[in-house]
Amino acid sequence: MNDARERPGVGMADVLVGASILALISVVIAWATHAHPYTAESGHISLVWWHLPLDAVYSWLRMLAAYVISLIFTLVYAYLAAFNSRAEKILIPLLDMLQSIPVLSFLPVVLLAFVALFPGSRIGVNLASIVLIFTGQVWNMVFAVYHGFITVPRDLRESALSLNLSPWQRFRSLELPYAMVGLVWNSMMSWAGGWFFLMAAEMFSLGNHAYQLQGLGSYLQTAANQGRWGAELAGLITLVLVIVLMDQLIWRPLLAWADKFKMEMVEGADRPRSTVLRILRRSLILDWLGRIVWTPLTEWSDRLFSATLPRIRTHATVASTVGLIRWLIVAFVVVVIVTALQGAYRLISQLTSGEVEIVALATMATLGRVVAALLISVVWTVPVGVFIGLNRKWAARLTPVSQIAASVPATALFPGLVALLIHLRGGLNVASVVLMVLGTQWYILFNVIAGASAIPEDLREATRMFRLTRSKTWTVLILPAIAPFLITGIITAAGGAWNASIVAEYVSFHSHVYTAFGVGAIIARSSQNHGFSVLLLATGTLAVTVVAINRLVWRRLYNKAADRYSVS
Amino acid sequence: MPPGSSQRKEQSAGLVRLLGVTKMYTQPDHYDIRVLDDIHFEIHPGEFIALLGPSGSGKSTLLRIITGLSHPSYGTVLYRGQPVVGPNPHAAMVFQSFALYPWLSVQQNVELGLVAQGVAPDIRQKRAIELIDLIGLNGYEDAFPKELSGGMRQRVGFARALAVDPELLCMDEPFSALDFLTAENLRSELLDLWLESRIPTRAILMVTHGIEEAVYMADRIVILSKNPARIVADLPNLLPFPRNRKSAEFVQMVDQVYKIVTGWDEQKDTTPVNDEPFKATSDEGGRQLKPIPYGHISMLSGLLELVADRGGQDDLYRLGAELFLEVDDLLPVTETAELFQLAEVREGDLILTELGHSFVEQDVNDRKSIVRQQLKDVPMLRMITRVLRTKANHAMNKEFFTDILEEHFSVDEAERQLTTAINWGRFADLFHYDTDTEQLYLDEDQTEDPLPVASNES
Repeated sequence: MNDARERPGVGMADVLVGASILALISVVIAWATHAHPYTAESGHISLVWWHLPLDAVYSWLRMLAAYVISLIFTLVYAYLAAFNSRAEKILIPLLDMLQSIPVLSFLPVVLLAFVALFPGSRIGVNLASIVLIFTGQVWNMVFAVYHGFITVPRDLRESALSLNLSPWQRFRSLELPYAMVGLVWNSMMSWAGGWFFLMAAEMFSLGNHAYQLQGLGSYLQTAANQGRWGAELAGLITLVLVIVLMDQLIWRPLLAWADKFKMEMVEGADRPRSTVLRILRRSLILDWLGRIVWTPLTEWSDRLFSATLPRIRTHATVASTVGLIRWLIVAFVVVVIVTALQGAYRLISQLTSGEVEIVALATMATLGRVVAALLISVVWTVPVGVFIGLNRKWAARLTPVSQIAASVPATALFPGLVALLIHLRGGLNVASVVLMVLGTQWYILFNVIAGASAIPEDLREATRMFRLTRSKTWTVLILPAIAPFLITGIITAAGGAWNASIVAEYVSFHSHVYTAFGVGAIIARSSQNHGFSVLLLATGTLAVTVVAINRLVWRRLYNKAADRYSVS
Repeated sequence: MPPGSSQRKEQSAGLVRLLGVTKMYTQPDHYDIRVLDDIHFEIHPGEFIALLGPSGSGKSTLLRIITGLSHPSYGTVLYRGQPVVGPNPHAAMVFQSFALYPWLSVQQNVELGLVAQGVAPDIRQKRAIELIDLIGLNGYEDAFPKELSGGMRQRVGFARALAVDPELLCMDEPFSALDFLTAENLRSELLDLWLESRIPTRAILMVTHGIEEAVYMADRIVILSKNPARIVADLPNLLPFPRNRKSAEFVQMVDQVYKIVTGWDEQKDTTPVNDEPFKATSDEGGRQLKPIPYGHISMLSGLLELVADRGGQDDLYRLGAELFLEVDDLLPVTETAELFQLAEVREGDLILTELGHSFVEQDVNDRKSIVRQQLKDVPMLRMITRVLRTKANHAMNKEFFTDILEEHFSVDEAERQLTTAINWGRFADLFHYDTDTEQLYLDEDQTEDPLPVASNES
């Protein structure tokens, strides 16, 4: 234990430093890949088809950079929240708030900050785009990993302690593996979310400046604006191709690999399989990498983060340094909060009562749209989802199809749909509901399928034995059994619908801007016109509404349903 | 071993010494629940100790304090004369649930403790393979825990604990998640390893609720009481190895332990007042709520019927063995029978009372009325019905009662107590409970106090 004494206080600090270094590297990569060849200013997005692969690569790299940052942020944030009870009290409510603030509200602030940081260069715009995607990706990942960290079974934690694993060893051999399944699933969801905001994150205007980044999103947007349907279709096909490739080459192997981290003690009947992973595993490449890279790396990291740690915390000098750092953090947070409050106050004081009234009304209008979108989604997904879930054969056939359909970001389809729907009565006011449905129905569908396929066979047989009528079967068995799943789906879908309102209520197409009356449109418009006081108000109203509805309606409903109708 | 430490060992003799270990859990409302009360004892090298007690007696907590996973509220644990702070590196633990890492292979699981010690990969690989061989799992090095049977998993648990060459091996009910034959097999193998000194372990401490298991394996049996846990007996077990469960001495020893385990409660019941180490009960007067045992009425009926068929008296230990019930599962039921005055426990025997006989003979409605009559004397049920009767609408939220109970018990215990009380109350038709609204309530025929009805003998 002597070596432990030589390296006091290794732990979170090192993790943080390591994380910042990694972040720095990814920034440099982002800069290197984006800085040179395409420095096209606004309006110079080329629609020639052979640019498409390159565009796809650019978009993908941007998403990758955002994902890497999300991953590092997730691990650090979730670790702090899970294992530092003082930090938990702040971090978890903060997370709840942050995730209900719509991504696109961040845009002007983020953009201004980064453009100011890198004047006259495209790095700032690229970084802004990456940070935007990051803000859309990160929250569900943090929640999943945090949840994983705090639910590590007590006996596993105790066995790690009694074997004297260091905190780092506990992290790499217990906590992270335990959270891995959730992390992989949520990474998939986050990428899907990233594609959803791709167009918004690659082309934006602020005041009278238009910023465009070379990428698939800009390509699609430009094609739609110019009404070039051939190019639009080619772009869509490329996008679907990228998504399918990622699914086959990355997500499926990852899911099959993550299956070993499930806590089940019996081998599940239908566990995820992946041909790619099987080939990799048999090819000796993984074996070789394990021996040459992974084992030395873990040995090295174990030594770096040193053995047996907990006792050292009490060491006086360390304690005082930790105390000092803590005070610095507190002071920093206080300064930030005060400055932010001051700024907010200055902005709010510029508001007129008319603006406040409009924002309130617009929020109600958007709320109405969200509810309508959810209703439409529920009406069609429940029968279809139950049908798929109850029929194993159909489930096997339809699930991959619906997964691909779901992964096509609705935003990419918006322009085409707008062209069709804009002539409806009510214009975008009605069409935006359809756009929201398009973006959110999948969450409900997949949850309903999961719920229906979880109905135990014996309960279904019992209903058949009693010769219950079809309607009775629905009210007695099916609806109660899928209720918790349905509500989970609706909660996620509602969050998505609120977020989608910004893109659905404000659509630019054929160099014409169509807007609907709603808080999403207000946010989109005010962010482009430097109307920061209205933007702040609208974003705040939206966030508060979402949080309030979550707390007052959904969470209660969910607890009730989980309590009463869980089939176990 | 360095000479200094062996000298110290001679001075203090014990490997582990517990000095007045007390553990309290602070409730949200600052009521302290005492789990362990002033425990003194010593583990000497060469001992195999079984720590025996009813469930919820805090024996697992005590084990965790000894290994340094948990801290005592008062008192100290000394290991070779040094106070234990944090997980003791010289102790290893075997868990009831095995606590294997499902994502690590057998080999990786066994190596884990060595990884923590920073042992080089090739050395720890060799060591792990040796242990896997010793524990009889050769050939399974690359298997994952979910591919193994329960018994094999626990073998991995043993190998992992033994890999770090622990001086003190702690086991938390290591065999109770295994089926009978597997457990028996593993017990005798572990005993062989221990008796033939094929493992460097100096002492073994095993928490168990199986009396036979304790008598079969240990050479010292420490018995804990409940609420809060104290040591009620510390018996040497000098039966020669190999022990034969059928031998008269063995059965006698088991019977003796059984009497102590089932008898402490009797003593406590008869002398509840002179319990001076308890927290000051005087200011609370008679307001101390006595905990009720978690006896299920259906199990109670079944047990009483069985005993009645055998002439109204039977040996508890034999009953438990026949029904495949550990003393832990059986005790709440017999305690309930005693509480309802349907039977009494004497010298390890369960004897039906007169009321017990008539309970067995009657149909379910009469049984209900017997239980209803008996519940009137149970303070917790009396409190609940009194509250419901005096309230104008004869209904009360469940939280109200939970809050009251939490002043006397831990949060979990309060919940369990109330659940049992509700079950009893529902069975006896004393009150109703609506799961949806979480309310206890009375209907019309329950509202008046049927006091005039005399004792129920017909």
